[in-house]
Amino acid sequence: MKTLRKKVYITAGYNTISLGTGRKEFNPKKPRPGLEEYISEAGRGVIQQIPDASLIDEAVISNFQASRYNNQANLAAFIPFIDEKLRYIPVTRVEGACGSGGMAIATAARSILAETADIVLVIGVEVQNTVKAVYGADILAGAGWYKERKNGHAHFFPGQFSNRAGKYYEKYGREQTRKAMARWFKQAIENARLCPTAQEYHNTMPDPEAVAMVEPNAKVFLENITVYDCSKVSDGASALIVCSEEGLKKLQKSFNEAVEIVGIGQAMEDITKPPLDPTQLDTTKVAVQRALQMARISIHDIATIECHDCFSIAAIMAIEAMGLAPYGQGSAFVLEGNTARNGKIPFNTTGGLIGWGHPVGATGVHQAVTIWEQLTGKAGDAQINIPSDRPFGLTVNMGGDDKTLTSIVYKKL
Amino acid sequence: MNYVDRMQKVAVLGAAGKMGSGILLLNAIEVADLSLLPENKGKTFVVYAIDVSEEALSGLIQYVRTQVLKAAEKKINWLREIYKERADLIENGQIIEEYINHVMSIIRPSILIESAYHANCIFEAIKEDPDLKVSIFKRINQNNSNQPWFFTNTSSIPIQFLNEKAELNGRIIGYHFYNPPAVQKLVELIEAKNTLPELKAFSLELAKKLNKIIVESNDVVGFIGNGHFMRDIIHAASEVERLKSQYGFVEAIYMINKVSQEYLVRPMGIFQLIDYVGIDVCSYIMSVMNQYLPQDQIVCPLLNEMLSLGIKGGQYADGSQKDGFLKYEKGKIIAIFDINTKQYVSIEQIQNKADAILGEKPTNIIAWKAVVGMKDKDVVLQNYFNELQKMNTLGAELAKAYGSRSKAIGKYLVSSGVAKTEEDVNKVLMTGFFHAYGPINNYFV
Repeated sequence: MKTLRKKVYITAGYNTISLGTGRKEFNPKKPRPGLEEYISEAGRGVIQQIPDASLIDEAVISNFQASRYNNQANLAAFIPFIDEKLRYIPVTRVEGACGSGGMAIATAARSILAETADIVLVIGVEVQNTVKAVYGADILAGAGWYKERKNGHAHFFPGQFSNRAGKYYEKYGREQTRKAMARWFKQAIENARLCPTAQEYHNTMPDPEAVAMVEPNAKVFLENITVYDCSKVSDGASALIVCSEEGLKKLQKSFNEAVEIVGIGQAMEDITKPPLDPTQLDTTKVAVQRALQMARISIHDIATIECHDCFSIAAIMAIEAMGLAPYGQGSAFVLEGNTARNGKIPFNTTGGLIGWGHPVGATGVHQAVTIWEQLTGKAGDAQINIPSDRPFGLTVNMGGDDKTLTSIVYKKL
Repeated sequence: MNYVDRMQKVAVLGAAGKMGSGILLLNAIEVADLSLLPENKGKTFVVYAIDVSEEALSGLIQYVRTQVLKAAEKKINWLREIYKERADLIENGQIIEEYINHVMSIIRPSILIESAYHANCIFEAIKEDPDLKVSIFKRINQNNSNQPWFFTNTSSIPIQFLNEKAELNGRIIGYHFYNPPAVQKLVELIEAKNTLPELKAFSLELAKKLNKIIVESNDVVGFIGNGHFMRDIIHAASEVERLKSQYGFVEAIYMINKVSQEYLVRPMGIFQLIDYVGIDVCSYIMSVMNQYLPQDQIVCPLLNEMLSLGIKGGQYADGSQKDGFLKYEKGKIIAIFDINTKQYVSIEQIQNKADAILGEKPTNIIAWKAVVGMKDKDVVLQNYFNELQKMNTLGAELAKAYGSRSKAIGKYLVSSGVAKTEEDVNKVLMTGFFHAYGPINNYFV
């Protein structure tokens, strides 16, 4: 496995709030900010942290389905809307469903490696609350193969992961898995309460774990998972700068304000094929291994992980795919407290997709911003301790049902 | 004729009215769902929506479309299953659109009563006018060769009266929905003397399919719901009468409305509820009841006085509240009608004074909205009412008198043979009027 031929950094991260049910300011009946407002806020949030917008050479914007949620395509042309100094710069829009954000960072890194740019602005955005969940499910189903939509569940993706959960229960036992899923929910909520931009920041449930132990009911929702096992519908944007060492200098950023990208693992699997084994996330496994190999480290060198918990069962399977626990032991790994913020390897320290929110096309960028905050000591109340012998953070961003993966290893400087 | 066959041809009379539109909606959805079942393929299903107003029928179609959309969104799983053979319907959005079009295609809006000549089931929700109902039933019955069944939504007229006068030979039942029918769970079921047993059985089956709770009431004018409500109004009006000389009319209305809502933990104050139903409707129901129960003195001069001043309450076509005893802005009470000056007096002008007269509020008082969903609401209510019983502020005294009167009315409905059991009385008030507790309770003496 090759290492990166040149040093690549991220800095100047920014997240808007993740707006949706749970946030006090969310009212489905009142007008809300649109796509361009989220793009603009996130972009300006980055620009405020650098000397001048004209330093930005290129941009990448990631989004999944604005053409359906917002009747808007051609998102690259929204970059100059952020700041007139961005007029005429090259911009690429990328789409890989829920994995779009990770794809955007990898794309930006390639521009640095190709030496066509020193400073690349990356923005991920999704504005989903324009339609009710029952229609949003149709739009999100686009992350799967369209020919499978007809026979899928009304809530297509929750249906896919309910099926995966069912198979997992059968193979490894239902009771312990359900307990681990409830624990996952508790951790997501408690971490989100420490992050003011999180969708669950205002959550006041006295005992989230007990709440999430409610039995799944196919009549109400799905056979094997409940709403507490699912990420919510979110509006939000996240942005950051991907740059070279020269870029960091131009931005007048010291190393302690940046983190280094030391490994990128991308992997795609055939969207028309069902998973080889529904109890495993095989593409996730390939992407994470690739990123770790490029970084020349093992999973045990990582201090914190942002994983793609679109569903709590996906988190448990991801833990196994990463090699942190043998197959079937992911739930025990969670229940032993290893993924808690004071555990062996804290996961999703600002709530992840379930707690912070899942504005689909922004999620991969949000994960990177969180790792950047943690590794540079900017995580505020959500700050965890990064041990000096494990100065690494890992993101795993998944598009569709384990189809479009980007995993990135970041190093504290 | 089995349930499905009978539901193939349904007519709703007064379909564009407040109650009729909800009854039409419920029937249209039930009939459409039956028609979509594989075993009913090839059968024709029709719901005649009959009303005298073309304009109102246009509004009805809009209303039904909006409501069917909401219903479809809720049962998307069932719809996906029903339409699984339709390869062209893939997304939830497509399936919901198809279903709405299907329901709408079953509804036949008409201003002609003759449409009902073809129906098997006739749901009636026209004006609460005994003679009008009788003449329409008679006409349909004489011209309809299907021996149709009549379901009347009357809330006050005895069913036996309609049965006899329209010569229906037991093919009628009281099927009294609560407002709004699409939301309220309660249906009061009232048999005439010789209502056909198979009609009653069908009525129960239909209620189950519509997800309604049935309470059987005896055929005594007003039945359980209005039997309690009208007497409740009379109590409230007599309290206003008593208080007004000392505190003023507007203050008295304010106090009784407040006590009947907040102190009694009810969803609305009594005068707001009268406005909601309509002062004219309440007055009319009383006049019908009084005709049959002269010894009970179901009269309320206050309502008639308001009507003579042209104040009627009720709702606009869009469901917003018209001004009555109270004046509303975006659903909120902002003023009270002063019967002496014939003008509305802003709440702010009298609120502090009237609240001071009522005295200190009980510390354990809890809003209806908060208590109604509580698992341990009995404990919370008991705790509050214990405190109330020990208090002697004017507010507490009015509340105790009001609660006791409500209890007495409930007991009277059983002893006078309107309700079959005390439990039925409580069920009607809790499901039809959304009370957090039944009138027959241990909170009041």
